[in-house]
Amino acid sequence: MAALEDEFTLSSGVLSAGPDGLLGVEQSNKTDQFLVTDRGRTVVLYKVSDQKPLGSWSVKQGQLITCSAVCNFQTGEYVVVHDNKVLRIWNNEDVNLDKVFKATLSAEVHKIHSVRGTEPVLLFKEGAVRGLEALLAEPQQEIEAVLSDGEVIRWTKLFMVFRHPVLIFITEKHGNYFVYVHMVNSHTLSKYTLLRGQEEKSVIQSFTASVDRKFISVMSLSSDGCVYETLIPVYPTDPEENQRVVSSLLLRAVVSGSAPSGVALTVLDRDHVAVLGSPLSASKECLSVWNIKFQTLQTSKELPQGTSGQLWYYGENLLMLHGQSLTVIPYKCEVSSLAGALGKLKHSHDPGIQVMPPFVNWEASQGDGLGSQHAEQPRRILRRRKIEVSSQPAVPPSKQLLTTIMKDSEKHIEMELRKFLAVKTPDFHAIVGDLVTGLLGRCQVEPSFCPRNCLVQLIQTHVLSYSLCPGLMEMAVKKTDVQLLQLCLQRFPDIPESVTCACLKIFLSIGDDSLHQAEIDMESVFDYGDSVQGDNVAAPVDVLQNGFSPEGDTCLSCCQEVPAKPQDAAAATPTCPVTPQRAALLNAILHSGYSEAFLLPHLKDIPAQHITILDWICLLLDANFTVVVMIPEAKRLLISLYKFVKSQISVYSELNKIEVSFRELQKLNQEKNNRGLYSIEVLELF
Amino acid sequence: MGEFKVHRVRFFNYVPSGIRCVAYNNQSNRLAVSRTDGTVEIYNLSANYFQEKFFPGHESRATEALCWTEGQRLFSAGLNGEIVEYDLQALNVKYAMDAFGGPIWSMTASPSGSQLLVGCEDGSVKLFQITPDKIQFERNFDRQKSRILSLSWHPSGTHIAAGSIDYISVFDVKSGSAIHKMIVDRQYMGVSKRKCIVWGVAFLSDGTVISVDSAGKVQFWDSATGTLVKSHPIANADVLSIAVADQEDSFVVGTAEGTVFHFQLVSVTSNSSEKQWVRTKPFQHHTHDVRTVAHSPTALISGGTDTHLVIRPLMEKVEVKNYDAALRKITFPHRCLISCSKKRQLLLFQFAHHLELWRLGSTVATGKNGDILPLSKNADHLLHLKTKGPENIICSCISSCGSWIAYSTASRFFLYRLNYEHDNISLKRVSKMPAFLRSALQILFSEDSKKLFVASNQGSLHVIQLLEGSFKHLHAFQPQSGTVEAMCLLAVSPDGNWLAASGTSAGVHVYNVKQLKLHCTVPAYNFPVTALAIAPNTNNLVIAHSDQQVFEYSIPDKQYTEWSRAVQKQGFHHLWLQRDTPITHIGFHSKRPMHILLHDAYMFCIIDKSLPLPNDKTLLYNPLPPTSESDVVRRRTAHAFKISKIYKPLLFMELLDEGTLVAVERPLDDIIAQLPPPIKKKKFGT
Repeated sequence: MAALEDEFTLSSGVLSAGPDGLLGVEQSNKTDQFLVTDRGRTVVLYKVSDQKPLGSWSVKQGQLITCSAVCNFQTGEYVVVHDNKVLRIWNNEDVNLDKVFKATLSAEVHKIHSVRGTEPVLLFKEGAVRGLEALLAEPQQEIEAVLSDGEVIRWTKLFMVFRHPVLIFITEKHGNYFVYVHMVNSHTLSKYTLLRGQEEKSVIQSFTASVDRKFISVMSLSSDGCVYETLIPVYPTDPEENQRVVSSLLLRAVVSGSAPSGVALTVLDRDHVAVLGSPLSASKECLSVWNIKFQTLQTSKELPQGTSGQLWYYGENLLMLHGQSLTVIPYKCEVSSLAGALGKLKHSHDPGIQVMPPFVNWEASQGDGLGSQHAEQPRRILRRRKIEVSSQPAVPPSKQLLTTIMKDSEKHIEMELRKFLAVKTPDFHAIVGDLVTGLLGRCQVEPSFCPRNCLVQLIQTHVLSYSLCPGLMEMAVKKTDVQLLQLCLQRFPDIPESVTCACLKIFLSIGDDSLHQAEIDMESVFDYGDSVQGDNVAAPVDVLQNGFSPEGDTCLSCCQEVPAKPQDAAAATPTCPVTPQRAALLNAILHSGYSEAFLLPHLKDIPAQHITILDWICLLLDANFTVVVMIPEAKRLLISLYKFVKSQISVYSELNKIEVSFRELQKLNQEKNNRGLYSIEVLELF
Repeated sequence: MGEFKVHRVRFFNYVPSGIRCVAYNNQSNRLAVSRTDGTVEIYNLSANYFQEKFFPGHESRATEALCWTEGQRLFSAGLNGEIVEYDLQALNVKYAMDAFGGPIWSMTASPSGSQLLVGCEDGSVKLFQITPDKIQFERNFDRQKSRILSLSWHPSGTHIAAGSIDYISVFDVKSGSAIHKMIVDRQYMGVSKRKCIVWGVAFLSDGTVISVDSAGKVQFWDSATGTLVKSHPIANADVLSIAVADQEDSFVVGTAEGTVFHFQLVSVTSNSSEKQWVRTKPFQHHTHDVRTVAHSPTALISGGTDTHLVIRPLMEKVEVKNYDAALRKITFPHRCLISCSKKRQLLLFQFAHHLELWRLGSTVATGKNGDILPLSKNADHLLHLKTKGPENIICSCISSCGSWIAYSTASRFFLYRLNYEHDNISLKRVSKMPAFLRSALQILFSEDSKKLFVASNQGSLHVIQLLEGSFKHLHAFQPQSGTVEAMCLLAVSPDGNWLAASGTSAGVHVYNVKQLKLHCTVPAYNFPVTALAIAPNTNNLVIAHSDQQVFEYSIPDKQYTEWSRAVQKQGFHHLWLQRDTPITHIGFHSKRPMHILLHDAYMFCIIDKSLPLPNDKTLLYNPLPPTSESDVVRRRTAHAFKISKIYKPLLFMELLDEGTLVAVERPLDDIIAQLPPPIKKKKFGT
């Protein structure tokens, strides 16, 4: 399953990310390092695992970097262009960009491309392409104009196809798009006109491409919110002629076209694309991963501070600007297996998705607090230092807080807790555990005491586990506090099956009105229409389909296509008995670690009226498989499977016939051979 | 070769007892097998799976457990509450000791082989220390509520697992207290059984306990926490037995449906170090309950109610893919249960608790090959002689003239004198047998019925002169000093001058009966002797070994004959050596001095020493009579081995006179018909 892991932020102090975002993020020759170029004067080299910059270079005041810096993988040097024409080459030891190698070119550079296995390739604004070495040999060489007047390069990318660099760039002129494929080594250029169907009116907002053996697949995200795909041959049949390529719809309505800061699209692997932008109904921006084969949304992550509409993907990291900071979201797609789907591989589905290791790592916590799990850690360290300097309490803050918990009012505790949580102390795990135990202890003594907010905060520290505070879930079960239970299910790695089952019973039996009041985390039922939230039976008309089916938008196809997300099914099938809130809660159960062998015995006690819900969940699971068999790639497999099963059946029936015949023959044979218990026979030996 | 009249006998109503336990000894590569009638057999797996020793059964001594301990000592325990040690040299029971815990259901030796543990009906687990000549009760473990059906020792010797009804206990050996009680689920496929019997447990060195139970499950438990780790439902009926390989990378279980499943520890993915137990191969070699299984380093061994002992070599463990890698199915004992009086045409059948005497019929008709001749007189059942006491018959013999019958049990020797008056037969027991004739391993009458030779289990050979109605002890050949090895096979020359005797390993001794002294010892050979006979006139001793070699040794010359040397020089035909049942009887007729009759369970062969030996290119066995071939071709292809596979399974064959053979067959179908019906299973499920 494709999954986004928890994000972390690269310190952005040295970067000046303007409203237009960054100029570019490029890979360095070490897998973990990236060159980030802002729209001003600075290039920063980041090491992602350390979350910190390794080096930073700036051009002189008054100069402006115009192309994002790249790494020359063959030499390990960095190359950048400033003021459109000035080429600079330097390496890690250099401090001042002003003193490094400089070459002034005769034409304006659009972009420098560098990929492993070849020298950097420069694309000029007029459409000419040069390798770096050839250019350095004669910097002032004449650069021809390839593009016509008014034709602007919109997007460009360099691929290695069978060890040959191929540069593709897309230009726009008067709302028409042209695709150029330039074979760098042979200097052959082919031009294609991009024909677009009904979507002609919309503006293409983002491109991405991947290369297969023979085709470059260019995907574009249009302002209508849909993703289109265009296949362009790598080796043109006739390079001279102006050819046409047609784009076809790949994914329908993945984002709203009118995002304030634009949208971005990038291919992750053969089956997945990442889309940055705001979903149709929600206003907050999201990073979502779509499966183009099944046309389903795999996962998504809200980016509430907004983005610059730029998205880079290198290695396993998605990089983007989130607010003012450069954010890295690791993306993992593990090959799913049937065993995994059946819940047999309980823990194998990437453990990294959890922020905390399944069990508390005491050794790590004794060292420097919370390790590197938290994105804003560098900032926090600074803040902590400040606080420590300003108020050095005589009593450890945890002790103080514990006494507060024992005596003070809820509000005061909450305030103190917030203060405490802002500072991460070395033995944080133990203290948080103590705090929860303290709070629960007071709850038992004082029934009126209900420190819900404190508990929510503490659970969200990610350091708690079921075994650390077993009383917590018991209390939540007793109080039927679904929100707390959901949080626990999401955060605790070690919930026993019986408790999971108790939660399931509560989630199934709780009334809808109480669900409406509860603040349930709806992230798992990534939402499309508020109308669905208000009423569990929504008119299907309002709901945009996720994916499309060329055969027609029958209701059947849409329920089959959107199985994974319960609210989609809720919207599409008017009879769905589950409200989104309940669906979110059920998802929390489904996502928690359980094994069916243990859970099933508990499920037998579920009352009859809830069985329908279970049936419905089963239907959903079935639908998932239906989707698998509906995809065109599966058709051949299905046909051969069908043939195979058919032949197996006939083989078996023949075998049965043969067996019966043999039995009869054996009987006859026995009768023939049955010479009684005694006989005298003649035998001749030869 | 000529024409024979064959008395084809199928009225020997012999049914082998079901197999209850098997125990494999790695050091000696021997397999001990116990049957439901209390018989214990020892198979030498290095000697072509030959059954080299056996201990006669006893009505009250139903063995439930069998195990080897240090120094290759063999113990059994059973429902009479006794632990029995066997003397593998003298072939008798060394001692039996009551464990005072009621019927014993299970027994296991400690990993060091110095302690024995028994599980009793009263729920007690008793620890015995094995001393050099006995065993000594040491202490009881914590008593459980119900009978202990299975036991397994942790390889380190610190803990044991005990399977009972509905639960498994884990004991600490030092304290003797139960540290865990693991409850086994009674349910199977939704059906709750009344009880779940843990038929077998196996303790692995990593602390995993594997259990098999009556609900058809194979389950893995963590003994440290007492929790169920994994459950494999494998059968609709009981899983009765389990055996683990010494390397702990594979184990085998047997079910009541006759299926044997092989489980192996295999890597989860091709290059990961994480391993899991996977059910790899099902084997269906049995029709009835597989009561017991064993795991040798190279083979899976199973046995059960259907009386077959099945040895299934693991192809991946067999280094040389020769005939040894083939499946072995051993059904019949490797010794002769039938003796024959040539003069009176009588057959004496030996059963566990009685003897039957039959007279063969006769015909006056003649016919050609394959004809069934009309009987002028049918076969008669003359005598049914029941033993007294609970002990099984070890051996029996009828004299050539038909007037003497002798048989022996483990503690008593019986000699009868028979008188024939027309159709009447009278039987008179010869009383006052001497004390040294308490128990015989083999009995033989001389050709003239004047002498009786008895091999006692003390290693001595007694020569007794028979007079009308009484006897006289002539001599006892004592074993060579220092050996107590029992003699199992005897042969006397037709002139009565020579007696050959063979033990299980010490070679063949030839005694001069006239002078009452040891004449010579045939050079030792690596493989045990399976049959012995002395030819008339020439006094050549013919010896068959378990590796299918046949030697001819001239007693007067004290050396191998020319023919035998020629055979050894050329070597036997490969198909002859690949036969998988031993030769159990060798016969001659005085009028055909060049002919040797040999038979195993699936063929008989008359070797004509005057003809050339077959080489590997010759067709050894040609079932079709020559039809259109010219005499030249026939002469060219004629070779010494005249083989017929018409009669099978063949338990006995003898030349009654020059042109008459008697063949005793025991068709498997007749045995199956006497077994309880098996659990029905659909072969081709559709």
